Amino acid sequence: MSLLVVEAAGLQTTVQDFGREGFGVLGVSASGAADAVALRLGNLLLENAGGMPALEMTLTGGTFLFPDGAVICLAGANFGAQVDDKTMELWRPHAVLPGKRVVLGATRDHARCYLCVAGGVAVAEFLGSASTHLLSGLGGWEGRALRKGDVLPIGRLEKSIRQRKLRAGVLDGLKPGKTLRVTRGPQFDWFAEEARRALTGGEFVVSEESNRIGLRLDGPRLAARLKTEMISEGTPLGAIQVTPSGQAILLFVEQQTTGGYPKIANVIAADLHCVGQLRPRDTIRFEEVSLEAARALWIEQQKLLGSEERLFA
Amino acid sequence: MRFQAASDQALLVYLGEEIGAAAHERVVQLLRLLQCEPIEWIRNIQPAYCSLLITFDAVAVDHADVQAKISELEKHAKKLPVAKPRLVEVPVCYGGEFGPDLEWVAAQRGLTAEKAVELHFAQTYHAYFLGFAPGFAYLGDLAEEIAIPRLETPRKEVPAGSVGIAGRQTAIYPLATPGGWRLIGRTPLELFKKDREPLGLIGIGDQVRFRPITRTEFLAMRRG
Repeated sequence: MSLLVVEAAGLQTTVQDFGREGFGVLGVSASGAADAVALRLGNLLLENAGGMPALEMTLTGGTFLFPDGAVICLAGANFGAQVDDKTMELWRPHAVLPGKRVVLGATRDHARCYLCVAGGVAVAEFLGSASTHLLSGLGGWEGRALRKGDVLPIGRLEKSIRQRKLRAGVLDGLKPGKTLRVTRGPQFDWFAEEARRALTGGEFVVSEESNRIGLRLDGPRLAARLKTEMISEGTPLGAIQVTPSGQAILLFVEQQTTGGYPKIANVIAADLHCVGQLRPRDTIRFEEVSLEAARALWIEQQKLLGSEERLFA
Repeated sequence: MRFQAASDQALLVYLGEEIGAAAHERVVQLLRLLQCEPIEWIRNIQPAYCSLLITFDAVAVDHADVQAKISELEKHAKKLPVAKPRLVEVPVCYGGEFGPDLEWVAAQRGLTAEKAVELHFAQTYHAYFLGFAPGFAYLGDLAEEIAIPRLETPRKEVPAGSVGIAGRQTAIYPLATPGGWRLIGRTPLELFKKDREPLGLIGIGDQVRFRPITRTEFLAMRRG
């Protein structure tokens, strides 16, 4: 087993994979990478399985020493990564020699950068997944964000890594956008015409109080017309729920599994990776699409991500 | 039964329109059937008071397919015998440092603290579902006499094992998390343990009783 030494952890760095979906009956939400597309591409560039555990860094990256060396790939936001004062390009494999450290800084564009390692970050699984669930302190590395001094095992390199490169144009179609497509939520009809129009006509700012559990969106008040008390029900990933004061909250990967606030809309699955790249103070808009359109977009995205020929040059 | 698309990959199945035993029995029966004969395109099932949220593989099926399959299964689910519920006993040390809101709740409802505690443990509760956090069971129905709204501003951290009340519900916080329910006591038991089978002490459909214990008993059980 090779090692990864955390010399500086960054703002919030956790071990993430595709999450543990399927345990709603226990009250456990899936967690997993906030930008599952970046995680998947980073892993595939290393010839890992798409959902291998990697480090998810948020807004500011850390410094990581590889005493035994490693082959890594950085994916997602650009945190200005360097090794030996030389810039490391995103979206391509890099051999890190034994004893070298990878230094990351503050983001230059989006919210999250993934440090993927050939062979994966090797932490124990909980309910079939290595992903950290910060709210409940479960999974990942001791159920928490990494700290200075942590030493994590990483997979050993079994074979030499090809210099894989993404085809030109692949990232264009997967770029994290600021216009999120939504379908109508289960309580859409509870909202007055004005609120429905404000949702797709207005602009929202991602509040500082946003995290992996949910993003608070400041913008037009979306108060429900019906004041009837709602009976708590299961809440889908990407739901936009509205509190009695009209505050919109977008439920994200570490969400509560049930909730009693009406949901006006839901971000489509094909755009969820964009949510993971939103920073506090980003301005976003919503655009309504039909369920059929959302499904077609999802199927197309899955086909692209599942096709080696279409992804790699 | 009523269906409602919740997202492009999730369908809400409503089996009733009000909180109570009738709707919940149907929720549990349909859940049991889906657990006994798992369908490969179902990715997650989230039960609640009157509904199941079904998340599905949208490459394999669409909402209409899911709706058709669930409609068919529900006919069988209705015929299933209702399983005898499991009884779980939870020892609780009420008040003091463990139940910082007990005195306030009692005063608000014009009760003595002793009477408020008695109203809480005198009854057997039904575990409607687990939500909010791993192992957090929504237990009902709490006596009307001690029903109280949740805190305006949730606490940043509620200690694991805390017993809280909100409206006509009570629950035990399995893990140290933020929380907005009024805290009246604490149990020394571990509600959710990652290396135990089952992970959660309380499951959906269980019956739950609270048993008052002293601080000394609490500490002894904690050590044991």
